[in-house]
Amino acid sequence: MSFWNDPINFLADWLNGVLTGWGLPAGWATVLVYLVGITVLVVFAMVLDIGLVWVERKVVARFQDRLGPNRLGPFGLIQPFADIIKMVIKEDITPAGADKVLYNIAPVLSAASVIMLWAILPLAANIYGVDLNVGLLYVVAMGALGTLAVIMAGWASNNKYALLGAFRMVANMVAYEIPMVIVLLIPTILAGTMSVIGITEAQRDIWFALLSPLGLIIFMISAIAELGRSPFDLNEAESEIVAGFHIEYTGMKFGWFYAGELLHAFTFGGFAAILFFGGYAGFFGLEKLPAFAWLNLPLVQAFFFILKAMLGYWVIMWVKYSMPRIRIDHMLAFNWKFLVPLSLILLAATAILHKILVVLPTWQYALGMFVANIVIITATIEILRSYGRRQRLAEQRLSPQPVEN
Amino acid sequence: MQNEWLYVGLFLIIGIVVPIVPLLIARFISPRKPNPIKQSTYECGIETVGDTWVQFKAQYYIFALVFLVFDVETVFLFPWALSLNLLPLFAVLEGLLFIGILVVGLVYAWRKGMLEWV
Repeated sequence: MSFWNDPINFLADWLNGVLTGWGLPAGWATVLVYLVGITVLVVFAMVLDIGLVWVERKVVARFQDRLGPNRLGPFGLIQPFADIIKMVIKEDITPAGADKVLYNIAPVLSAASVIMLWAILPLAANIYGVDLNVGLLYVVAMGALGTLAVIMAGWASNNKYALLGAFRMVANMVAYEIPMVIVLLIPTILAGTMSVIGITEAQRDIWFALLSPLGLIIFMISAIAELGRSPFDLNEAESEIVAGFHIEYTGMKFGWFYAGELLHAFTFGGFAAILFFGGYAGFFGLEKLPAFAWLNLPLVQAFFFILKAMLGYWVIMWVKYSMPRIRIDHMLAFNWKFLVPLSLILLAATAILHKILVVLPTWQYALGMFVANIVIITATIEILRSYGRRQRLAEQRLSPQPVEN
Repeated sequence: MQNEWLYVGLFLIIGIVVPIVPLLIARFISPRKPNPIKQSTYECGIETVGDTWVQFKAQYYIFALVFLVFDVETVFLFPWALSLNLLPLFAVLEGLLFIGILVVGLVYAWRKGMLEWV
C-alpha cells in the first residue's frame, strides 16, 4: 500500500501509528483520526462550495448574456471571498417577534443537512467517508432534514411571506419525495445493494443511465424539486413572495442558505453521477485493459467523479435558468397525476424484467432494459398526446372559434 | 458496523460545528445597533396587519395525508428490491401486487378529487 494507490488509508494508518506511539488508547486514536479525516473532508466541501459560488455566478451571467464577476482577480475568481467577508461583517438582524431559537437553528441545520450528505459521497474507490449499507435511505433522510430547516426558517421568521414559503415547501417536499424514493429503488434493484459504493462498482461495465434512462429523467426532475430550484422554486418565488423562507435573514445566516443550496445542487449532481453514470468508475470496462490501468488510481477517479458531478450540476443550472416557475396546482398535478404513476409503472417493469433477464449475458440484459424504457417513454408520450387532443377538441366544442370575417 | 455509525455521529458533530463557526465570528465582528424600525417585519414597505401564524389552507393537510400513506409504503419496498435476486418469481409478483395496491390507493384519491388544488 502506497500513497498513490490508497491515499486516505495510507495517511490514516500513519496518523494512527503516530497517535498510538504517543501512548493513546487505540479507541481514542481511532476517534481522533476520524475527526481529522472528517474535518479535512468538510473543509474540502466548503472550499468547493466557495468555488461553486463563482461557477454559479459566471454560468448564470453567460445564460443571461452578461459577463458575471470579472473585477476581483483573474476572471473574478476572488469575488466569492469578498462576498464572504461582506456577509460576515454585515449586521445580523433578528425581526421582533421571531421565534429566536428556531430562527437561529434553521440556517445551521440547512447547511448541516448538506454537509452530512458528504459522509457517504465516494470521491474514489477508497476516498470516501463511510460506506453505509443503507446509503440511499440516508440520502432521503438528509434531504428531509434540509426541508425541515426551510420549514423552521419560514415558521420562525414571523413574516407572512416566509410562512407562505414554508407552506409551499411542505407541499413540494410532500409531493416530490415519492417519485424520488421510488426511483432510488431502481439502482437498488439493478445493483442489488443500497450502498453507494456497491452501486458504483456494479456500473463498471455499463451505466445505469443506459439501463434506465427514464429513471434518470425522473430522478433529475424530483431532485430539482427537492432542491427547491426553478422551475420548482415556489418556496422562494422572488416575484410573488420576495424571497420566501429566508426573507428576514441577513448576513452570514443568509449566506448559509445560499451556500447550502449551491452545495446541495452540486451534491445531487454527484448522486446522479453515482446512481446513473458510474460515479468514480464506469469507464465501460476500459480500466481492465493494461494500457488504461491508470484509470484505477484514486486521484484520477476523484477527478472523473468531480467532472461528472459538475456536469450534473450544470444540467441543474441549465434547467434553472431557462425554465419559468410553474404554478403550485400544476406542480402538484404534475407530480401526483404524472410522475407517481409513471415511476410506479417503471418500477414494476424494471423489477419483473430484471428477474427474467438477469440470467442472460450483460449486453442482452442491457438491451432488454433499454428497450423496455423506450417503450414506456413512447407509450407515455402517446397517452399524453391523445389526452391533449381530446382536451382541445372538448374545448372547441364548448366554445367554437369565431369565424374570421 | 459500530465504527460506521461512530463515523456518522462524529460527522454530525463536525457538520453542525462548521456552520456555527462563521456565525460566531460574525457575532463578534459585525455591528449591532438594533432599533424598532430595523427589526420590524419586512412586507415591502407596508406595515404588517394582524397575527402571522394564522390558520392555513386545509389542502396542504390532505396532500400530507396522501403523502404519508405512500411514503410509509414505499419504505416497505426497499427490502423487497434488495433481495430481488434471491426471491422466487412468486415473491416478486407479490411485490408487484403490493405496488398494485398502492396504485389503487392513488386512483381512489384521484377519483375522490383529493389531488385537485382548490
